[in-house]
Amino acid sequence: MEEKLTLFKNRKRFGIEKNIDIIFKNTALVLSSFVAIILLGIILVVFFQSFESFSRYGFKFLVTSEWNPVKDEYGAFTAIYGTLVTSFLSLLITIPLGVGTAIFITEDFVPKVFREIIGSFVELLAAIPSVVLGLWAIFVMEPFFRAFFVFLHNFFGWIPLFSTEPTGRNSLLAILILVVMLLPIVTSIARDSLNQVPKKLRNAAYGIGASRWKTIFSVILPAALSGIMSGVLLALGRAMGETMAVTMIIGNSNAFSWSLLSPGYTISSMLANQFGEADGSQVSSLFYAAFVLMILSLVVNIFAQWLVKKFSLKY
Amino acid sequence: MNSLYYQKRLSRNIGDKFFTSLSVICALIAILPLIFLVTYILIKGGSQVTPELFTLEPNPPGDDLDAGGINPALIGTLIITTIASIIAIPVGVGGGIYLAEYSKGAAFSRFIRFGVNVLAGVPSIIAGVFIYALIVSTKILFGSMYSGLAGGMALSILMLPTVIKTTDEGLKMVPNELRYASLGVGASMYTTILKVTLPSAFRSIATGVVLGIARAAGETAPLIFTALFSYYYITGFGDLFYEMGSLAVLIYNFALEPYDAQNKLAWAASFILVLSILSVNIFSRILAAFTEKTKRV
Repeated sequence: MEEKLTLFKNRKRFGIEKNIDIIFKNTALVLSSFVAIILLGIILVVFFQSFESFSRYGFKFLVTSEWNPVKDEYGAFTAIYGTLVTSFLSLLITIPLGVGTAIFITEDFVPKVFREIIGSFVELLAAIPSVVLGLWAIFVMEPFFRAFFVFLHNFFGWIPLFSTEPTGRNSLLAILILVVMLLPIVTSIARDSLNQVPKKLRNAAYGIGASRWKTIFSVILPAALSGIMSGVLLALGRAMGETMAVTMIIGNSNAFSWSLLSPGYTISSMLANQFGEADGSQVSSLFYAAFVLMILSLVVNIFAQWLVKKFSLKY
Repeated sequence: MNSLYYQKRLSRNIGDKFFTSLSVICALIAILPLIFLVTYILIKGGSQVTPELFTLEPNPPGDDLDAGGINPALIGTLIITTIASIIAIPVGVGGGIYLAEYSKGAAFSRFIRFGVNVLAGVPSIIAGVFIYALIVSTKILFGSMYSGLAGGMALSILMLPTVIKTTDEGLKMVPNELRYASLGVGASMYTTILKVTLPSAFRSIATGVVLGIARAAGETAPLIFTALFSYYYITGFGDLFYEMGSLAVLIYNFALEPYDAQNKLAWAASFILVLSILSVNIFSRILAAFTEKTKRV
């Protein structure tokens, strides 16, 4: 008896096992802090590389559209304007389409099997690489919409947005391919947040005699609004940073124009086009543009996360 | 009189009909182009696939009518994605373990989770810009500039948030009873994690990681000025330190060529890229659905 008790008393972990445990924990700690290191690294590296250009042009860089490597004059207004216009306009088209589709999937208009097939199909489309979408845009979408653009110019040419003769690739095509790209994101996030609305709310609305769409507009959509909004913001972030499909179809011209039917530029397409061959202060200016893009998308993303935290589960 | 019956003319019923048809139209507008897109890629690209496609080098664009094959790009994509996985999976899984197992709700883990979400939202081209500044322009990798290795690193930055998130969420799903049981019989923390919690979360983590890899395989923006492109066969280990082609960059470069032969090659490459990404996606979704069903039983 005595003997057994001492046996148990001495059952401590071996030193080596203890050490392994500590090493394991600290390795995991170091690995998890890599995320923060990389994020900080990206911000610092891009900032310091853009410093030369920043100190030379300051904030004038943001509002002038001269981009001349020969004269060493750089301003990214065209690209910044292009980034904002393409992402906001594409979002404007995507939101009603995506939310409408999400409502269609979450309501019981058609049997559940069909809705699930449509839902997973939409999700699969988010997996198609953007470079393939760009290829499709060049060879299928552009010829398909050509006549429509001519029509648009002929009848609405007095609006500055349609004031130039359409010639091949242009900003409007970039907006349309962005819509194709953002639809899966907005639809699947809107669908998830609509699904999360408790059934009680719907039943209560039906119980006091609200029609289906009265219920959707006055009860379900408001309850799901924070989720949908954060999805929209994530899509906005994606749209601003989207590179390949836009670069391939937007026409890549730094000449500023209000018209959507003329070739344009976005920050990311400018980077994709010029980074490989740039040297001297052009590189620094490109880093400056990249920094602007990064700040834009960081702000949108952080705002989206804040929105989710602030407004989720209010009902 | 018969107010209990459904009345077609009632404004609320007309309104309902209107909005219902509107949402159907939305769904149609949303889905039809997507269906066209997929079928077009599969038909147009699939018709270009020949056995030589997989074995030949692409010919440099010119008046040459034969574009050759995509062998170097195919192998390059495999190599670059493998490099990215080798970097991102250990770091991501290790980081996810720390978040889920060691510092569950502490300030540090909240900060890291926030960082993961922010990193996931960083535009992919910024990852390329970052690696360009850090590795390509400094020639830090044994004096080589553009290289497959640098491309893999850029892709790993994009994969990292996905891997951490899926590990974190997969481990959170493991019931605490398992941990208590393991710790209760005297296992240390690392044995518990490696032998009990990680294996029981393996399927969900693996699904997420595979989806992340599939997404990275189609990324182009981080590669165009880190790995650049190459027309030549990959012959040995040393090629890691030189420009390396990839399917995504091949599609980008050849789509913009004015020559028909190169455009066709871009379609063929898209077919292969899309087919493999979609099949990985479908397969892992089926697997995930299957595991969910068996768990419930």
